[in-house]
Parts: sequence; C-alpha cells; structure tokens
Amino acid sequence: MWLMRNNPRILISKSIINISKFSSTDQVELTSIRYKNHVKRGDFATINGSDVGVFEEILGNERVVIDPNDLQIHNIDWIRSVRGASRLLLKPKTTDEVSRIVAYCNKRKLALCPQGGNTGLVGGSVPVYDEIILSTSLMNQIISLNEWSSILVCQAGCVLETLSEYLNEREMIMPLDLGAKGSCQIGANASTNAGGLRLIRYGSLHSTILGLEVVLADGTIMDCMSAMKKDNTGYDLKHLFIGSEGTLGIVTKVAIHCPTKPNSVTLAFLGLNSYENLLKTMKKAKKELGEILSSLEYMDGASVESVIEILKLKRPIGEFPFYMLIECSGSNERHDQEKLNNFLDDVMESGNVADGTIAADLNQMSEIWGLRERIAEALLHDGYVYKYDLSIPVTHFDELVKVMQKELGSLIKRFCGYGHLGDGNIHLNMTCPVYDPKITAKIEPFVYEWVQRHQGSVSAEHGLGFKKRDFISYSKSPESIVTMKQLKKLFDPNGILNPYKVLPV
Amino acid sequence: MSLRVMVGVKRVVDYAVKVRVKPDKTGVITDGVKHSMNPFDEIAVEEAVRLKEKNVANEIIAVSCGPAASQETLRTALAMGMDKAIHVEIPQPQYDTMQPIHVAKCLAKLATDYKVDIIILGKQAIDDDCNQTAQMTAGLLDWPQGVYASKIEKDGDLLVVTREVDGGLETVKLKLPAVLSADLRLNEPRYATLPNIMKAKKKPLDKKTPADLGVDLAPRHQVVSIEDPPTRQAGAKVADVDELISRLKALGRI
Repeated sequence: MWLMRNNPRILISKSIINISKFSSTDQVELTSIRYKNHVKRGDFATINGSDVGVFEEILGNERVVIDPNDLQIHNIDWIRSVRGASRLLLKPKTTDEVSRIVAYCNKRKLALCPQGGNTGLVGGSVPVYDEIILSTSLMNQIISLNEWSSILVCQAGCVLETLSEYLNEREMIMPLDLGAKGSCQIGANASTNAGGLRLIRYGSLHSTILGLEVVLADGTIMDCMSAMKKDNTGYDLKHLFIGSEGTLGIVTKVAIHCPTKPNSVTLAFLGLNSYENLLKTMKKAKKELGEILSSLEYMDGASVESVIEILKLKRPIGEFPFYMLIECSGSNERHDQEKLNNFLDDVMESGNVADGTIAADLNQMSEIWGLRERIAEALLHDGYVYKYDLSIPVTHFDELVKVMQKELGSLIKRFCGYGHLGDGNIHLNMTCPVYDPKITAKIEPFVYEWVQRHQGSVSAEHGLGFKKRDFISYSKSPESIVTMKQLKKLFDPNGILNPYKVLPV
Repeated sequence: MSLRVMVGVKRVVDYAVKVRVKPDKTGVITDGVKHSMNPFDEIAVEEAVRLKEKNVANEIIAVSCGPAASQETLRTALAMGMDKAIHVEIPQPQYDTMQPIHVAKCLAKLATDYKVDIIILGKQAIDDDCNQTAQMTAGLLDWPQGVYASKIEKDGDLLVVTREVDGGLETVKLKLPAVLSADLRLNEPRYATLPNIMKAKKKPLDKKTPADLGVDLAPRHQVVSIEDPPTRQAGAKVADVDELISRLKALGRI
C-alpha cells in the first residue's frame, strides 16, 4: 500500500508495491528478511494518510518525502549491508519542527529512525522495518563561533568537512577527522561518539563536546547547551546522549571545542617488514614525537594493495607486509621537521623501518592519506565486507588477522587489518563476493569470543547499531546492560527512538 | 655522450593553500603559510633524474634563487635524486622585487660556468604565472628552446621535444646545449624515499651570491597593487523560458 497525500493533486501509483521492483539489479536483501530469525517488528503503529497530513502541516509538502525512488538511498546503509522498508522521510530545519514531529510520533506510537549522513557501519542509521526516517540534513546552520574560547555552536546536520573548511579559514580545526568527513554530520557524530584519525591527539567527543541540545522521545527539547569548558553543576546529562546512537534522544545542536590550527603539519609513510618492527617503531614514535603526534595509523599489506589495485592509487614506496602512517602537528615547522628527521634517521638506522617517505607538499599529503582513508571504499568493490571494529591489545593486531585467516581460509577473498594503532583499535575487514550466512556463522561469535578473551571491545568506535547489538555482553557486564535498559525505558517508554538498535531484546 | 643537466627550482606557496591578499595590497600573505616546491619544477627534477637513470645525463644539478628558506626546496630536489645543489642566496627585500629576468641572468651565468648541456625549468611558477624564465634564459645564452615539453627524447646529438601548444602537439628538434621547460604531462614526480632523504643530507650544496654571478637585481618594474578578483555575483533562478526572455531584455542583453 502506498501513502497518499491529503492533497489529491498528488497521486501515487496504486500498483502493488514491493520495494525491490524499484531497485537496481544488485539490490540489497531486506533486513527484515535476512535477519528474520533475529528481529521482529515492534508493536508500533503503521503510518496512514492523516499522519502524512500532520507532517505536511509541520514541514510543508516538499520536506515530506514519500516517493519510493527518493527513499531508496535512505533505506540502505553506505556499505550495502542492510536495507529497511521505510515509506516516509521527514526533513526538518529547526529544533522546533523536530520536537513537534517526535511528540506526534510518541502519541501515535510511530517508530522513528534518526539519520544524519548515513555513513554508519553497523546498520544503525537506516530503518529495520518501516520506521519513519528523520533526516537532519537540512539542519545545517552554523550558529556561532567564539574565536577567543574556540567554541563552535551549530545545528546537528552540519557536514563535518563543511565545518572543517569554515574553521580552517579562522585558523582552527575540528577535533575529529574521519574518512566519511564529506558526508557525515556532526549531530550523528555526537550520537555515535565517533572516533577517527585524530583521537590520539585531541581526545574523544566526550571531552571535546561541551554542550548538546537534544529532543527527547516525548518531544521535550532538552537544553544541555552549556558552552563552557568547565561546569560542574549537577549530573552531566549530555554524556548519555553521546554514544547512545539516537536511542535516548535526537541531537539537534552541538557546542564543540575546536583546537587551534597547527602551524605545521608533517606526514610520514613507512614500510616495515615485520609486526615486531612496527611495534618497536610505534614505541619510538611515542617517545620522540610524543607531544606533536597527531595521528598514528597502521595498515597491513593487503589493505594498501586493495586501494592500489582497486582505486588505482599511487604507490609511494615499495611493497611491504606492514605500513605506518605518522602525522605530526605542531607550532613550529623547523622544530617539528627536526624531531621527525631525527626519529626517521633512528628507525632507518636501527633497521626497524625498511623504507618510507615524507609528504613534500599538501598534494602528496592527501595522496598518502588516501591510502588509509579509502580502504573501506575500495573493499566495497569486492562485494560484501565483514567489518569488525575492535579494541584489542596493540601487540595482537596481526595475530588476530592470522587467526581469522586460519579459521576461514579460502572462504574469504581478502583479509585486511588496519586502524588506529595509537588507540589500540583495529579494523578487521574480510571480503567475499556475496553475503553468506554460513560465513557469518563461522566468524560470529568466534571473533567476539577472541576479543572477550583479550578483554577488548567488540565495537571500538563504530557503535552497536543493528548489527552488533546482540554482542554487547561480550564487552559489558550484565548489570550494566540492565541499567542501560532501565535508562532506555526512562527516556523512551514507548521505544520509538531508533528501535531494534544498540540494546539486545 | 654524457650530459650535465641543470634544473631550476622555486619555493612557492603550496598549490593547495587558499591564498589571501595582504590588507595593504602589496602582495599575498606568505608568513606562516605552507610552502613547497613549484609543481612544474618537481616535474623538471623528475625528468632530470630519469635522464640520469637512463644514462643520458651523468650529472644533474639543482639551482634555486631565493632567501635562506630556498634551501629546503633544494634538499627536496636532492632527496628526489639530484646530485648536487646550488643556492643563489638573495636577501628578502631584494627577493620581493626579483623578476624572471634576474633569475634568467643567474641561470645563464651558472650554465656557462658549470658547462651545462641542458637546462630544464618548470614551465611557470604558480605564484607569479610569468612563464618567462626559460625563454629569457635561452635568449641570453642564445640557445635553442623547447618549452611546454610533454616528452623529451634523445636522437643522436639532438633532442626531440614534443610541446603542448594551443592547437595540439608540436615536435621540435634541438641542437645542444638547449633550454627546456616542463609542462604538466611530461611525467609524474616520484616520492622522495627515506634512504634518499638521508643521502641528500650529505650531498653538496654550494652557495653563491648575485654579485658572484655579476647580476644586478634592480627591479625593472614595480607592482602597483595586488587585489582580489571581484566577488562572483549570485545568479538568479527563473521560472520558465518567458521569464528568462523578459529578464534578458530588461538587462539589455537581447
């Protein structure tokens, strides 16, 4: 059944609707089908024509989307691993509109899926069934920037890269950076506690976000927008919303502290022959470059080969089984270059590093970053990517890759290990031509059990979303999960905010 | 036949930086801004290194005319594979008014002193876009020139240079010695790898002054002002063809 607008001039086709009819030939399987043994639709109302009318009254016709063609990209995640069946997308511009929408949905018991840039990797940003998609894309106003306190206030839908460019002109930078920067939105970054490439230097969003404005499940606008670095007055509620992935409230505004733009940024790309060498080099880097280190990343041979082979990126140095990417940011170019040169002299002489290069200009810098930031994009071309974002002891990164190779052998086309070496966070990626539940069964819970044995996290920065909610117990104690469920019930008694995500049933 | 090749390199504001005009309109802001080797010069260096790898050249020298910071650019050239470097040190106030004619005179003198066979320069610098130094140098030396080169080959005693011109590609044959300038598609410059970066520290870097070369740096012209281009006017949307026509008529365009 299709949704009909109250306005009779706009007619919708009355042919039987099965979303797959509008699809391209390689359509992603509906989540409700692929995961039918793991999830069932909650006790929510179904949208009808008069609901559409109410939303049109709040937003106007143009910002209420019911055309299935337009809805397609909002129902599928970026890595094409889950597909929802939403028939309605709402695009508010103001917090007030969000509040009215949510209040109405709460009364009607209509489920909502908040969506930012839809770049999430755990199926948290798209519906599972027919949840209404609430997009923050049009809430893209920068509200203020205090150049003395370095605090930026903006709406949730501002794209990270846009904010970076805005700040760059004012000699500041965002405290976070990730490969999805061209599409991801700051409100959703906050909701997912996004990590990224500079966490090692500037910290997590729990420390850099100073305030949030959040719409709660009953439409209440909660103002936690203190724009102060220090404010110890009462319980710091914003931390509940950071990382709860839209299940406790919808972030509508963000106040964030922005670091000063460094005067000098240098980037080294190193090739190493063994993981031992890599660990020794990492230790040396922390010691000799410590205060200027702004990024410390690792990639294995397969990861770098994938971007060179699939995306035809340039190979800066020879072929090695391991690579490191070291970025330094500081206030004095000469000092930093001296530190970096001394460090590189040391590691080359000791034989720990086999070869490397330093980016000679900004162009080379972005080419080298491409080798790290575009791995996820390259792997998509293989078909289906089994993605595991894990916190494990940094000494065991390569061991884990080898363990998975032994376990899965020729079932997998490509095994890749890369990630935030400085933060103890590995991105384990295994590709194959198509999704196969038999392969999933071989990986899960095997990999999670391995992580648990090493007291790690089954999701370091990607969150739980839909795909990892059932594995929370591998990293969190039973009593803490009970408390999380109590908080969810307190904040969202009808369970309308991003259902089926984060917490297991 | 083994040739000596000299390559000119210039330290410029990095091409990815958004340049801003100084409030006093005398120039652009360069303080604290990222600088690197002029991209066309990188291509010239790469070509010289390839000529050496092919045994066409047996000594390749990098030259830069500029203040102390130009040495960084020379080190990059050495790290890419140049054998030695020459820094013609120009004090900052004189560098601010230095023009291609001055650089051409320095290069011409060095080419004569060092018995250079081929000079390769970047087609133009991305800060002044002059595209004059190669041509002037050839003129001063009375050497043939192959500018905007997208391919350089040796044919016996001659150089065969394919040039990118407005109408397409032009091929010229040059007797040696000759001056060439590198265009974008000549090659893709390599990354300087660490072993080479470390070797570069030990390569010779000679210092010269304009006086050593007998060059007078007095400027021939004066920059009156530097301004931003006018801001782009916002466009307007029209509802249909009729409105388009009436708007164009109102603007006097039709």
